[in-house]
Amino acid sequence: MSDFVVSAERVTKTFGKGGVTALQEIDLEVGRGEFISLIGPSGCGKSTLLRVIGDLVEPTAGEILVNGKSAHRARLDRDYGIVFQAAVLYDWRTVSKNISLPLELGGWDRARRANRVREMVELVELEGFEKHYPWQLSGGMQQRVSIARALSFSPALLLMDEPFGALDEMTRERLNLELLRIWAETGSTVIFVTHSISEAVFLSTRVVVMSARPGRITAIVPIDLRQPRTAETREEPRFFELVTEVREALHAGGADEIVAELEALE
Amino acid sequence: MTPARPRPFDKAAALTTRVATLLFVLLVLWGLWEGYRWLWIKTGWTKPFVVDETTLPHLHDIVGALFESPQVGGPLLIDLLLDSALFTAKEAVVGFAIGATIGFLLGAVIARFQVLQRGLMPYVVASQTIPILAVAPIVVVGLGSLTISGWTPEDWMRVSVIAAYLTFFPVTVNTVRGLSSADPAAVELMESYAASGWAVFWKLRVPSALPYLFSAFKVAATASVVGAVIGELPSSIQDGLGGAIINFNQYYVLNPENLWATNLIAALLGISFFLVVVLVEKLVVRRGPEELV
Repeated sequence: MSDFVVSAERVTKTFGKGGVTALQEIDLEVGRGEFISLIGPSGCGKSTLLRVIGDLVEPTAGEILVNGKSAHRARLDRDYGIVFQAAVLYDWRTVSKNISLPLELGGWDRARRANRVREMVELVELEGFEKHYPWQLSGGMQQRVSIARALSFSPALLLMDEPFGALDEMTRERLNLELLRIWAETGSTVIFVTHSISEAVFLSTRVVVMSARPGRITAIVPIDLRQPRTAETREEPRFFELVTEVREALHAGGADEIVAELEALE
Repeated sequence: MTPARPRPFDKAAALTTRVATLLFVLLVLWGLWEGYRWLWIKTGWTKPFVVDETTLPHLHDIVGALFESPQVGGPLLIDLLLDSALFTAKEAVVGFAIGATIGFLLGAVIARFQVLQRGLMPYVVASQTIPILAVAPIVVVGLGSLTISGWTPEDWMRVSVIAAYLTFFPVTVNTVRGLSSADPAAVELMESYAASGWAVFWKLRVPSALPYLFSAFKVAATASVVGAVIGELPSSIQDGLGGAIINFNQYYVLNPENLWATNLIAALLGISFFLVVVLVEKLVVRRGPEELV
């Protein structure tokens, strides 16, 4: 038994027979209440790692324990809340009904569901939009519904796969702050996949830097910025130092051309 | 095209436009019919067919025939035909219900077990290549002596089987497509919640399939009416539109308007079936305005 929410040991994933090695001997331990970002160039396997942890993809070798049990067991126990890049809301369900979907599947009764949905709507500040349909909301609001849905059943682990990747910079920064507030309020453990160095530094307690072909961890950068973080955090000298540190770790991973690409994106 | 905000004024304007369009199309069709008739009679052209009172009656004569009695002292033709239409509608509704249910179940089974897609689908397709006119007597006459534990189905129920036969096919095909149309990310999401197969089916796959299902229901609704009319032909059933068609067919040379009028009523019955499906779809399917078919 370990104190870690996630503990991955020599996790390897290859696709196809003798094909691409998406993950090579990944070792990673995530403590309770941590906010971990996975960053790296396209094809470094960060999304695959997230999916392996969430038992949506089976590893070729190695072992993953979530709360001391197998990832498969953890999934059946509903230990995961997942947020994808697209909000993946059900068009035929209102905001409330989308948030209560995992609760319905978990067999919560109507009164408890209604209560929890109200709390979650408050948490993501969508009061007044409960009866709206997803296609009546902006992209940022849709993603907030998606986060509320993922957190509604208080999962042990929140897995986020580039959740703000498709949003504009302004919305992204606002949702970053909101996510940190929600993280602090709920005490969740988060694993967050991103393309953005500054986003990773701003949000995380530790940034896991990965490199491609084969996908492996090249560095883990602890982020010692003060909590709670605010919009001003982005202007602190320490913030820039850490951004530089992560950037250099990406360079050291031999992904120069892709780092340039990442910077151009920011 | 940018979607305009729906204001009451826009709605009224849109309705007016639609009604005007409908009237315009009807007017053009009337013009084409009467113009064709006039030109061919005037010039005496006989290609592709001879045009006279028998082959192409005046439209106003056809509509007028509805408000005359085919038999002296008898009820008006429109009253007779509305009774017949009601009878045929009953056969078609029951046939539609049976066909849609079987079609959905078959489609669900095929979508669930990929192997069946190759194994069963050719037969589903083949079933529709058999001329329905050949199947109708086999079912309607052949099943005449059918009893199910002492209960004998009424004659019109056998006609419903033909309506069901035409209904199930589009429903099956679209059920297979619709159930497979769910967003892969949404399926992954359900997996992450450890949702059961049933939950994925009812909470994700069926709602995703609804737009496909309603497309099929629209085709099937009109097909069920055609099936019911055809099913009546080889039987001795006189109460429906099929019976009326056979009857007026025999007196076509004397009274062509009656057959044309019957066709008109049959078409209106099919259209009203279609509209009912459209109405139900509007009530049931929740989609973004840009996605409405």
